[in-house]
Amino acid sequence: MIRSQRWKGAAFTVPFQLGFVFLYLLPIGYAVYQSLFLEKQSGLGLGGATTEFVGLDNYSKGLTDSAFMTSILRVVLFACVQIPFMLLISLLLALFLDAVTAKAAGRFRILLLVPYMIPGVVAAVVWVNLYSPEVGPLTPLGELFGFDWNFFAPSMVWPAIGNLLTWHGIGYNMVIIYAALQGVPRELFEAARLDGASELRIALSIKIPFVRGALVLTALLSIIQMLQIFNEPALFRNVTPETVSDSFTPIMIIYNQAFNAANYHYAAALSVLLALILGVASFLFYRLTSREAD
Amino acid sequence: MALTENRKENGTETAAVPPRGRTVRRLTSPDAASRSKGGQRFMLLGLILASVYSLFPVYWLMIAATKDRVGLYQSNGLWFSGWHLWDNLQQVFTYEDGIFLRWTANSFLYAGVGSLGGTLIALATGYGLARFDFPGRGAVFACVVGSFLIPIALLTLPLYLLFSAIGLVDTPWAMLIPCLINPFSVYLAKVYTEATIPFELLEAARIDGAGELRIFFSIVLRMMTTGGATVFLLAFVNTWNAFFLPLTVLRGEENWTLNLGLYNWTGKRLESGIDVTSLVLTGALLSIIPMAIMMVAMRRYWRTGVTLGALK
Repeated sequence: MIRSQRWKGAAFTVPFQLGFVFLYLLPIGYAVYQSLFLEKQSGLGLGGATTEFVGLDNYSKGLTDSAFMTSILRVVLFACVQIPFMLLISLLLALFLDAVTAKAAGRFRILLLVPYMIPGVVAAVVWVNLYSPEVGPLTPLGELFGFDWNFFAPSMVWPAIGNLLTWHGIGYNMVIIYAALQGVPRELFEAARLDGASELRIALSIKIPFVRGALVLTALLSIIQMLQIFNEPALFRNVTPETVSDSFTPIMIIYNQAFNAANYHYAAALSVLLALILGVASFLFYRLTSREAD
Repeated sequence: MALTENRKENGTETAAVPPRGRTVRRLTSPDAASRSKGGQRFMLLGLILASVYSLFPVYWLMIAATKDRVGLYQSNGLWFSGWHLWDNLQQVFTYEDGIFLRWTANSFLYAGVGSLGGTLIALATGYGLARFDFPGRGAVFACVVGSFLIPIALLTLPLYLLFSAIGLVDTPWAMLIPCLINPFSVYLAKVYTEATIPFELLEAARIDGAGELRIFFSIVLRMMTTGGATVFLLAFVNTWNAFFLPLTVLRGEENWTLNLGLYNWTGKRLESGIDVTSLVLTGALLSIIPMAIMMVAMRRYWRTGVTLGALK
């Protein structure tokens, strides 16, 4: 490639690079910088606030902040239940789609994708009302079968949010896994069938190993999303603040520290901590799943 | 790594044969024909149950939007009682001087204009990354992929401070500017360029004396219609669905998005005791419609886009 062309090629990426510096690097750098300071009231708070350099104090405070750590643990535990459950259903549906006639597969695929088309906040609005004992059909339906459930009770709020996320996420994950399944060479199935393998055996020993990559990817995306969960609990908090506290998830704490407690420096330190945790979690998950593949 | 190779080919194929390229369908039927009938029935049953689960909330929402307040609270949620859809629509559109229409317009503005600008920048960047070799190219691509891992809070809070320092908070710019830079769009655009723009074509154009800008605008962009449409669609959906960013950077309700408005309406009952549940539900149904239209209209684009982008 001629030298001048290389630079012209680089020029195509300049708008992005400038924007990236302005909208990504600068804010991250600023957040890290801010996280090293603390606003202190002088004396009785009458003389106004001064900003002091406190080094890593905000970080050590964050690491020992029981509300923050509890919220992370809460989300991690929840992820350990909801993500495998959602992916298992998505995988099962993708396998079903792969095995039925092409015509049926096309139709069901569209139907199963309907929830994905609905914005997250709107999906939460709909489910909050479905769960509502006053207008939702689920409470009378439960009574019909002898269940006396209250979806806004502390013990039910995670299952309720989990169901919402599962409902919203199945279609997307299924499409990704299904697309990977379509890449399995069909001759493999014929060969296995000639050898007398059952359909179940083919699914377990050929299809599922083949879509490993897609499963790892969907799991990774789900983990990243889950650690940052905000919309759904925020909406639940809007209708049932007794159950969903303002420190329910890490991002909710960060948002509150920044905007309600006006403790911006601490919020910045917490968001940096969350980014580090996210990076470590993704890295560990990736290492764990790719080592198994060897 | 035979698996990735294979997938790559498959993806490229689907992307390169645009409109009727539903090549994925092939070959499924001979398989299925050789299956036992019982197994087929079992799987169809599973798919039907899953579809009922997927559709039932939407069905309920449609029914609920036709009821007045009494019907909403007292009648069976799964069936109609009275037809009040027009009253509800009228209420949604006239409540607080028609603020709902304003929110709809805002959502369209942010998602439409922001995604259009973002798509153009992403296509240029993706093309630059995929078809030129320049120093620092690896670093730019590393930034693109690495930024998938950055939590929204880490970006949004400092952005808020930055925007408030230059007076952009609570203006449409606070929503539009962040939309211009979308690393995922860049990533998709790069993948699409690799699949659709052959090096030979660029060489031929250069030999004919075309300048690089001319090549980009009159050849590359034209060939990237399918890829560009997918990038635009996904960015549009992303912005339309955004919640944390608008919640942080928009204060006054005249600049809110539909999501923010609906969120606020759901909180009204606890805050002030005004029950606007039927407004919320009708509004929720309305806010789904543009998404549904976009998705159906661009079905073939976004499906390949989602899967191709995810598998590479």
